[in-house]
Amino acid sequence: MATYPEDCLYTREHEWIRVEDDVGVIGITDYAQEALGDIVYVELPSVGDHFSQGEPFGNVESVKAVSELYMPVSGEIVEVNEDLAESPQLVNEDPYGDGWMVKIALSDPTELETLMSASEYEEYVREEKEK
Amino acid sequence: MVAAQPKRSPLHATHEALGARFTEFAGWLMPLQYTGAIEEHLTVRTAAGLFDVSHMGRLEIRGRDALALIQKVTCNDAARLRDHQVQYSALTTERGTFVDDLTIYRFREDHFLLCVNAANREKDARWIREHREGEEAEVYDVSDQLAQLALQGPAASEILQLLTDVQLDHIRFYWFEQGEVAGVSCLISRTGYTGEDGFELYVPVDSVEWVWNRLLDAGHAAGLRPCGLAARNTLRLEARMLLYGHDMDETTTVWEADLGWIVKLEKGDFIGRDALRRQKEEGLHRKLIGFEVHDRAPAREGYPVLIQGRVVGQVTSGSYAPFLRKNIGLTYLPIEHTTVGTRFQIRVREREVEAEVVPTPFYKRPR
Repeated sequence: MATYPEDCLYTREHEWIRVEDDVGVIGITDYAQEALGDIVYVELPSVGDHFSQGEPFGNVESVKAVSELYMPVSGEIVEVNEDLAESPQLVNEDPYGDGWMVKIALSDPTELETLMSASEYEEYVREEKEK
Repeated sequence: MVAAQPKRSPLHATHEALGARFTEFAGWLMPLQYTGAIEEHLTVRTAAGLFDVSHMGRLEIRGRDALALIQKVTCNDAARLRDHQVQYSALTTERGTFVDDLTIYRFREDHFLLCVNAANREKDARWIREHREGEEAEVYDVSDQLAQLALQGPAASEILQLLTDVQLDHIRFYWFEQGEVAGVSCLISRTGYTGEDGFELYVPVDSVEWVWNRLLDAGHAAGLRPCGLAARNTLRLEARMLLYGHDMDETTTVWEADLGWIVKLEKGDFIGRDALRRQKEEGLHRKLIGFEVHDRAPAREGYPVLIQGRVVGQVTSGSYAPFLRKNIGLTYLPIEHTTVGTRFQIRVREREVEAEVVPTPFYKRPR
């Protein structure tokens, strides 16, 4: 059963972001990791890279497939999760915790209003599954 | 045009009840995984896995000239087979390329079973029929009457022995027997596509659910679990077993695929013999090699392969190898770059990663 933490906001591409003091932690959702299967590689940007909202910022690869990662908001990368190089399976094991991917300094916090709440995302996933 | 509905295995409902995730493969909807690709892969390396491989094509050749017909359309020497022996071989074109690769089961000189790739089932049957010239032999597609299970792994023999009176330690690798498994008459073949010891069972479709369930029950304590096509693919790649339509096809010769051990030029005439003899005399321009990637990024099928900045081909199979814990793959390289230790590059999205020709099979089971 997929979970949807209330303190996160969500994208239609199945990323989550948790914001504290204009820095957002970003990862992929439990639904996304479940759909991908065993993750074997995560390709992440470098600290200092800038991205716009919706721009691809990396890739996550399972045994079977490669999926692009999309930025929930615009900003500058301030930290990447170095542990994922050695242990990409953390994304499967703890997608909202140790499996986080990047931290970003938000350049436009109003963009957060375009993202889904936990209950909206849950509804969105339900619709996706019925397709 | 509306896409045809994929075919379903006779075990489809059973897989659904087990919580399988499905994938479409060669026109079939088959289990991709049950719990996880890596876990299933490791289960087969350390205990045992049960695969539904009913999508494979099964053709029977019957008639006085069955052996002669098989000798004509395949490149290995089927005359060396004794009753109840199995041989890996290829159906070859006039150019010495692959119509398909297959396993040949000999019941008697006038009765054989061919196990062929799912996608090639109709093509192969047509090809063999078209090349029948006076031979008294018929080709029957029995794929829909038989289901096929693969029980693979170091514990496979011990598990299967719980359900059969056939003395399994008397069946050698690439031999088969007919006997009962859980009371159902089956063909029990010591073959597989994983690099492990194991068996393939050819079971009448109306009994396969019973046999599948009995096997899973009997083997549970020994660690037997159902496994899907994702694990099957990574297992076969670690063992450097080729996949038709990816690692070889009608554009690659048997020599180029580095399967020279199944070419028997001296056996007598067969389709493709002249071309294969000529290529042997003239030498190869390229050959399929196994590589290891010196990077954490897997090099996947279709990724460009470069030597000194020039694209010379693409990856034909490539994956993270769950047991070996590295990224491996197969590709054709110009013959002068095929020696073990040769370095080359693979383009992974915007990056070029280092790769190296390594000895194969990547994985060899301990004996």
